[in-house]
Amino acid sequence: MPEHDPKIVAMFCTWCTYTAADLAGTSRRTYAPNVRIIRVMCSGRVDPQFVLAAFEHGADGVLIGGCHPGDCHYQEGNYKAFRRMTLLRKMLKQMGIDERRLRLEWISASEGDKVQRVIDEMTEELRQLGPLHIQESVAAVETPAYAVAAG
Amino acid sequence: MSKPKVAFYWCASCGGCEEAVVDLAEDILKVVEAVDIVFWPVALDFKKEDVEKMADGEIAVSFINGAIRMSEHEEMAHLLRKKSQYLIAFGSCSHMGGIPGLGNLWNREKIFQRIYKDVPTLPENGNGIYPQTQSQVPEGEVNLPEFFDTVKTLDQTVDVDYYLPGCPPTPKLIMQAVNAILEGKLPEKGSVLAPDTALCDECDRKESKPEKLLIKDIKRVHEVIADAEQCFLAQGIICLGPATRSGCETLCINANMPCTGCFGPTSRVKDYGAKVLSGIASIVDINDEDEAARLFDEKIPDPVGVFYKYSLPSSMLKRKNMGDA
Amino acid sequence: MGRKITINPITRLEGHGIIDVFLNKDDGVDRAYFRVPELRGFEKFTEGRLAEEMPQITQRICGVCPTAHHMAATKALDYLYQVEPPAAAKKIREFIYNVFMVEDHALHFFFLGGPDFVVGPKAPKSERNILGVLKIVGMEVGKKVINMRRELRELITMMGGKVIHPVCGLPGGVSKAMTDAEQRQAVAVADRAVEFAEFSMGILDDVILKNKEYVDIITSDAYTHKTYYMGLVDKNNKVNFYDGMLRVVDPDGKEFAKFPADRYLDYVAEHVEPWSFIKFCYLKPVGWKGFVGGKDSGVYAVAPLARLNAAEGMATPKAQAAYEKYLEVLGGKPVHFTLATHWARLIELMQAAESIALLARDPEIVAPHVRELPSTTPKEGFGVVEAPRGTLFHHYQTDDQGVITKANLIVATQNNAARIAMSVDKAAKGLIKNGKGKIDEGLLNMVEMAFRAYDPCHGCACHSLPGEIALKALIHDATGEVIEEIMRP
Repeated sequence: MPEHDPKIVAMFCTWCTYTAADLAGTSRRTYAPNVRIIRVMCSGRVDPQFVLAAFEHGADGVLIGGCHPGDCHYQEGNYKAFRRMTLLRKMLKQMGIDERRLRLEWISASEGDKVQRVIDEMTEELRQLGPLHIQESVAAVETPAYAVAAG
Repeated sequence: MSKPKVAFYWCASCGGCEEAVVDLAEDILKVVEAVDIVFWPVALDFKKEDVEKMADGEIAVSFINGAIRMSEHEEMAHLLRKKSQYLIAFGSCSHMGGIPGLGNLWNREKIFQRIYKDVPTLPENGNGIYPQTQSQVPEGEVNLPEFFDTVKTLDQTVDVDYYLPGCPPTPKLIMQAVNAILEGKLPEKGSVLAPDTALCDECDRKESKPEKLLIKDIKRVHEVIADAEQCFLAQGIICLGPATRSGCETLCINANMPCTGCFGPTSRVKDYGAKVLSGIASIVDINDEDEAARLFDEKIPDPVGVFYKYSLPSSMLKRKNMGDA
Repeated sequence: MGRKITINPITRLEGHGIIDVFLNKDDGVDRAYFRVPELRGFEKFTEGRLAEEMPQITQRICGVCPTAHHMAATKALDYLYQVEPPAAAKKIREFIYNVFMVEDHALHFFFLGGPDFVVGPKAPKSERNILGVLKIVGMEVGKKVINMRRELRELITMMGGKVIHPVCGLPGGVSKAMTDAEQRQAVAVADRAVEFAEFSMGILDDVILKNKEYVDIITSDAYTHKTYYMGLVDKNNKVNFYDGMLRVVDPDGKEFAKFPADRYLDYVAEHVEPWSFIKFCYLKPVGWKGFVGGKDSGVYAVAPLARLNAAEGMATPKAQAAYEKYLEVLGGKPVHFTLATHWARLIELMQAAESIALLARDPEIVAPHVRELPSTTPKEGFGVVEAPRGTLFHHYQTDDQGVITKANLIVATQNNAARIAMSVDKAAKGLIKNGKGKIDEGLLNMVEMAFRAYDPCHGCACHSLPGEIALKALIHDATGEVIEEIMRP
């Protein structure tokens, strides 16, 4: 069986984490190519619907990066992000999606090394977890006829 | 000029939507005068074959309530779609999956196992028999429709023209929709036939909702005696009003109970549960990560049940993923 | 191998019902199967839900009798949290519940069961519907019934928030108190309800009881089954819809068991057949002996006929008087005539109406204190009520946080399911004798009458517009080919 290559969608806040990712790049830190980075103004901009859309379209994991608590450019955005993602992660667990697939990290502008470490770690963790099969077409779930016997 | 033909059908339904039509009381006589009801299994004798014999598009409007749970529902949805000019999803179940949609946290196997084997009223785990699509009885063969693994909404099954939201829709909204049809004044295709504002807009308690709403604690409805006039969220009681479409005349709020979201989202939201979860998480005024996590564990132990109570099949993920580690 | 007649769909009751009649080679009936092709899975998908949401979730089992589920669930929550509602709350709940019994029973008598009786089983089929009823009793009656139901349903909206899927039930009480103005409205409507109950009885008397032919049909063998009977009774063994102990009498009328809700597992068990999604209840101590009646078979009945057999009387005076007359005419207890259910239903309607007239006047019902807050850790809860169509059991288990881990529901019609199947079978056999196999319209109606008396759950055929009961009988030969088709109309 070919080894699973996880797809990660990342949403990084422009002031801290996205800058850190740039830093990782200019510092020539290599990290797993499995991540697609989307720049948002603030981690608080990340609507849970974005996370669901990522999973719906085939992401195996979603990574959100924001400023450390207390350092948010907009004061409170990252606190809201934390609360939303914590509750969302709980709901995703009920929906059969492992909690490790949604990750929120505080990465400041100077922490290029952390970007590298987190992405590599997450990629490996998701590789172990395996692919996430979300049924895009509900019809694909149906089997034509059933005769289910008990016991 | 003959009267427009109208049909009603129920899929996996509780019958409440049918009752809502009956609650039109005298108004229903006006409806009966203006239209020709050609199919309504609950009340009339017309059969599937009568619908099959009709020309495509011969029925002006079909109202379908109930979720798509079984093969029979799917067949009827396709048949009525073919024979109707307009198809209207009537009520939360056809609109978003409804309460039966909570079955999407399981599948047929798990549901059957509980009901036909594990319940305590089945002595010795039942007699080892499950209902079958085809079974042989001593006299011959009998059939049952197929029970699907996944509940679907009507628009996941056929093309839907309009939606009447609510569990059930109110008589007022039903009459407005019927009048719009008779007068030819329907809005853009795909519209939900209710106002496009959030419930807070029509709620009597909105004056007591602070502009910057922040709460330090969450209370489950049985843990407190709610104040009869103050905004529920301001009291720390989860109310889904901010993310729910208005038009219901705040019936639940009038009985001093919070909104549970049966009208679904406004037009600007794609996934109702995710959006309302976001709103609730935003107003919790706790910045310590451990404290916030503890509060959610204690007070919202069932996010799916609270946020997707009527809308799980219509969510982006549609159903629980049965295969993850 | 003979032929199979499939009647699909059955109408003016639960939307999805099928009857298959198998004929032997002499064109007698081998067996008729009454099957329910409906399932949604509430006992499973309520797992993981918050217990306090169960009254609102479980009532979506039925939009015609949501109040029954709402109350059973709310009572299960009282038990779960070991909390006793204050007197005002109990009275509000009982008030709402009896209002619901009046309007629901009225619905069935006038729009569902009515045509079979008021118009008569031998009347032309085109008359056997609400229009036929109105012709006999007048348009005024129709308006009276519609308005009475509307006023009653407004009371439920007033106290319950919504009439279709009320919201007021909470462990330890209700969500809102009754104001003085609301009480005045309640009293006015309640008094009209008592008049309405007497009026309905009058119609029954004039049109049915004074007609010997109808009484003969009611007491005929084709519609008789001798089974056990179950119903809720108060401490005096009188009928109570909202609370009490469950009492079971045997086919001879002797008390067989009396137990509280939390002992239901000792007495109620279910049986599965592969040809129907509905499960068939039976009395556990007696055992499942098949679709047969009698003392040795665990088959039992619930709903008006059964309740009036299981109790020793009615709890209110006018209803009691009506009950005594009922027993006198029908030859004493227990009454085994399935069609007498329609009469029993009106006696219950009378009691419910008298009850709301009493409750509405009770000064305690407007007391402001309507909730006791829970303080114990939840574990298990049981709630039982008498729905219009029979006994309803809710049984929940939760974790420490009050999240449902297991739920079991025995829904009214399930208790009757075996007896309904037997009634349909017996009616079909009683009608289709060995002959040339000519099945006429009479068959269809006689078979319908057998199940319609039970007013099966989800009976949302709330009103009928012009038209008859939808029935189509397809007669297949042994190869499965349709050789004859009989439709009504």
